[in-house]
Amino acid sequence: MSMNDPALTHAIFGRLSLESFPIHEPILLWTFAAVVLLGVGLVAAVTYFRLWGYLWREWFTSVDHKKIGIMYIILGIVMLLRGFSDALMMRLQQAMAFGGNEGYLNAHHYDQIFTAHGTIMIFFVAIPLIVGLVNFVMPLQIGARDVAFPFLNSLSLWLTVAGAILVMISLFVGEFSRAGWLNYVPVANIQNSPDTGPDYYLWALQIAGVGTTLSAINMVTTIIKMRAPGMTMMKMPVFTWTALCSNVLAIAIFPVLTATFVMLMLDRYIGSNFFTNDLGGNPMMYWNLVWVWGHPEVYVLVLPVFGIFSEVTSTFCGKRLFGYSSMVYATVVIMILSYLVWLHHFFTMGSGASVNSFFGIATMVISIPTGAKIFNWLFTMYRGQIRFELPMMWVVAFMITFVVGGMTGVLLAVPPADFVLHNSLFLVAHFHNVIIGGVVFGLFAGMYYWFPKAFGFRLDPFWGKVTFWGWVIGYWVAWTPIYIVGLMGTTRRVRHFDDPSLQIWFVIAGIGALIILVGILGFVIQIAVSIKNRHALRDVTGDPWNGRTLEWSTTSPPPFYNFAFTPIVHDLDSWYEMKSRGAQKPTAGFRPIHMPRNTGAGVVISALALVLGFAMVWYMWWLAILSSVALLVVTIAHTFNYHRDYHVSADEVAHIERLAEGA
Amino acid sequence: MTTQASEAQDTLVFYQVEEEHHAEHSGGSTLLGFWIYLMSDALIFAALFATFGVLNSSFAGGPGPRELFDLNLVAMNTALLLVSALTCGLAMISLQAGKLGAVRLWLVVTALLGAGFVGIELHEFRHLIAEGATPQRSGYLSAFFTLVGTHGLHVTFGIVWIAVMLVQLGQRGLHADNQRRLLTLSMFWHFLDVIWIGVFTFVYLLGVVR
Amino acid sequence: MSGEAMSVNFSLRTYITGFLLALVLTAIPFWIVMTGAISSAGIASAVIVTLAVVQIIVQTVAFLHVNARSEEGWTLMAYVFTAVLLLITIAGSVWIMNHLNSNMMPSMMSDPQTTSQSP
Repeated sequence: MSMNDPALTHAIFGRLSLESFPIHEPILLWTFAAVVLLGVGLVAAVTYFRLWGYLWREWFTSVDHKKIGIMYIILGIVMLLRGFSDALMMRLQQAMAFGGNEGYLNAHHYDQIFTAHGTIMIFFVAIPLIVGLVNFVMPLQIGARDVAFPFLNSLSLWLTVAGAILVMISLFVGEFSRAGWLNYVPVANIQNSPDTGPDYYLWALQIAGVGTTLSAINMVTTIIKMRAPGMTMMKMPVFTWTALCSNVLAIAIFPVLTATFVMLMLDRYIGSNFFTNDLGGNPMMYWNLVWVWGHPEVYVLVLPVFGIFSEVTSTFCGKRLFGYSSMVYATVVIMILSYLVWLHHFFTMGSGASVNSFFGIATMVISIPTGAKIFNWLFTMYRGQIRFELPMMWVVAFMITFVVGGMTGVLLAVPPADFVLHNSLFLVAHFHNVIIGGVVFGLFAGMYYWFPKAFGFRLDPFWGKVTFWGWVIGYWVAWTPIYIVGLMGTTRRVRHFDDPSLQIWFVIAGIGALIILVGILGFVIQIAVSIKNRHALRDVTGDPWNGRTLEWSTTSPPPFYNFAFTPIVHDLDSWYEMKSRGAQKPTAGFRPIHMPRNTGAGVVISALALVLGFAMVWYMWWLAILSSVALLVVTIAHTFNYHRDYHVSADEVAHIERLAEGA
Repeated sequence: MTTQASEAQDTLVFYQVEEEHHAEHSGGSTLLGFWIYLMSDALIFAALFATFGVLNSSFAGGPGPRELFDLNLVAMNTALLLVSALTCGLAMISLQAGKLGAVRLWLVVTALLGAGFVGIELHEFRHLIAEGATPQRSGYLSAFFTLVGTHGLHVTFGIVWIAVMLVQLGQRGLHADNQRRLLTLSMFWHFLDVIWIGVFTFVYLLGVVR
Repeated sequence: MSGEAMSVNFSLRTYITGFLLALVLTAIPFWIVMTGAISSAGIASAVIVTLAVVQIIVQTVAFLHVNARSEEGWTLMAYVFTAVLLLITIAGSVWIMNHLNSNMMPSMMSDPQTTSQSP
């Protein structure tokens, strides 16, 4: 058929062809083979153990915030492995490519790798891990039974998964963007990148972005409307406060990203002139808008992590958090200020002294509330009964590491300094410093801390320490040399160097990356070992750390409805207060509980969105139209479902509660 | 069954055992959640307005507002949308009074006025494109078509929503879920009229005045 | 779940008043521009923008029912916060881009329309 009629092939397959597959790239081919093998093995195993029904009923269609949170975290961990592979490849290339040695990655591939690395790490590792933790913990912390919009929660998860799948497909079918993790114009303009790269990027992130926006609206509404009686705003746990501010910020910025990406899509698909170099376009407007999103985004990521550190510090020091009010105000101030600094990402692009000084000063000011938080944590530790279990170890590592990163940030905030350091490896070291030292360390602390609540058994401490030391030592060995070469003037996103005196630094950085690899493998092993030894590690009380907030008042794991009786809150650290005053959970008088039904609509809608994205990337217009119509139809059809909830009978609740008591 | 704290005068209750009187959580949250969604939608428009503001002189030697805009049409459009805002409000008044028939009538009128608005806008776009003032012609026109077009797309979506509501009202009358949906629909519709104030002011009127 | 009373209180008078105010606040700017009643473009623009802001407030109160009590103040808070962000995004972008354009492309700063005529 196709060989004889190119017009027909073109109409059906758009610009997809055999050449779109990496038949000439051995590395990609072998990776593809491995992935296919793994995938087939997974599908075979699930089929053999007859788990499809279970997976569909209990997980994929679940609207339970706890399960959705866990699935987000699984997504984040899987994508971490992909994103880190990209990092290892870059480190290897940069360690070897000096002088006559071109390394093993040409620019065409190297550029896709650093673009994919950043895109994946921010959008498909950091965001899902944070959203997952907030999803799991926050409703429990506020004494609620689920989030405000359970179906939207499921939809948000699956839209994020759809975006991740689209990015993963780009590895084997076509190309990914080469324009950096923000898909910068002019590289991403259609003339410079006529290939599928920026299109994969744009569609993956638009789809995932809708999910993130809806999730943020969900979380904010939940925190405002569904707190337990007596929990005023100033009696909320700090993690909930940071979740609130982070999600408010997310709602504020993702629409800007959505609009900006739509405009770039219009440039690429219909030839409009928003960000082109002629006909009145203005490429810098893309940079401007994308950083209006990009700067607050990093605060979206780091604020919940500050919340994790607050919870962990007060728990493992056996003390109420020092300066709760100032923590809350600092968080709100950071949230507001973070929207006023975005130009510091392009000081050097010519905006002049007046603009630069405003944004430079605003950037420096942000360090003040952040510093206040560090002092609050230190004062909490002072004269506390400190237990240096793993979460607390992560806190100390964070404090030392993140503060250095914050300081290099303040240094970069000075426009004259930034003129030297913009787009150098010093900058790259700075943001990895704060993201790894802040977000990653915090996520590990949070996962270790809340894992027993989610699964009923703790994580193995030995392998946790392997993870810890691998990451902490690895980070410092990997990134200190990068600060050094950055200060010496080395530019980022470069795959080959001529100055041989720099090579030793890149070799050390490569060793550091391998040490981090030990940390990552340690983490994976930790999970496997913990599952194997789960009976020895079991959490029978529901409160393995002597916690202070309401999530620790439930069993581990909690019943699917969280609380048989909604708690009534009188003070901060409400669980700690309940324990001190000998509060007893009622053992009779159970009432029916109103719960939302599972639904597959989220999976279906996201699958259609994935098809739409793929079709648009490859110019398969018939498929794009078909999937758009199907999306509309399914969405409207879903609104005709008026039976989205049910009641759990009082007897069933009583039964579940009695079983939990007996355990 | 309540729990006593150890102090005699301090009877703190830690678990809610009484009947829940307040409305179901999801019902209570929908209006605020939808309002927050509208705020996020406003920020999409903020980005589009910002882009329009930056590109509003980027004619690339091509046509600008003075030769492109027929303010009579824009005035008519604005009037249609404003009246539709009123009729949407009348639908809400009827909803409050529990009059299903009146609700449906005013919704139909609102949808028709909205369709008139979109129709005139499409006519305007067709005319512009026929004259060579396409979205590709200049940065200014790209920004114009996208800003005004996004608003028009929202109105179109609102009309589809009204159609779906009419079917659902026919099926279930003034069911509580339908009442909630109508409230969010009216928020959406009025929101679009507020955005239109920005559009006709900054795009059309100021474009011609400058 | 059914037969729940609506928890809002809409008044016909508010809608009619809002509509009439909006009508006037729309008619005046259109009249100003279409008749060229104000000769100075600067003053005309200022008047038009002011009336637009007033109408936005009118519609926000009369049609969107935004007030300090709704949702325990969260409705108004969200609205004000969004308005601030809107202003920062638009004003900030225009300020930055104007500086970028004038510093980096000074020859391109004024781009006249092809013809100038009143409609």
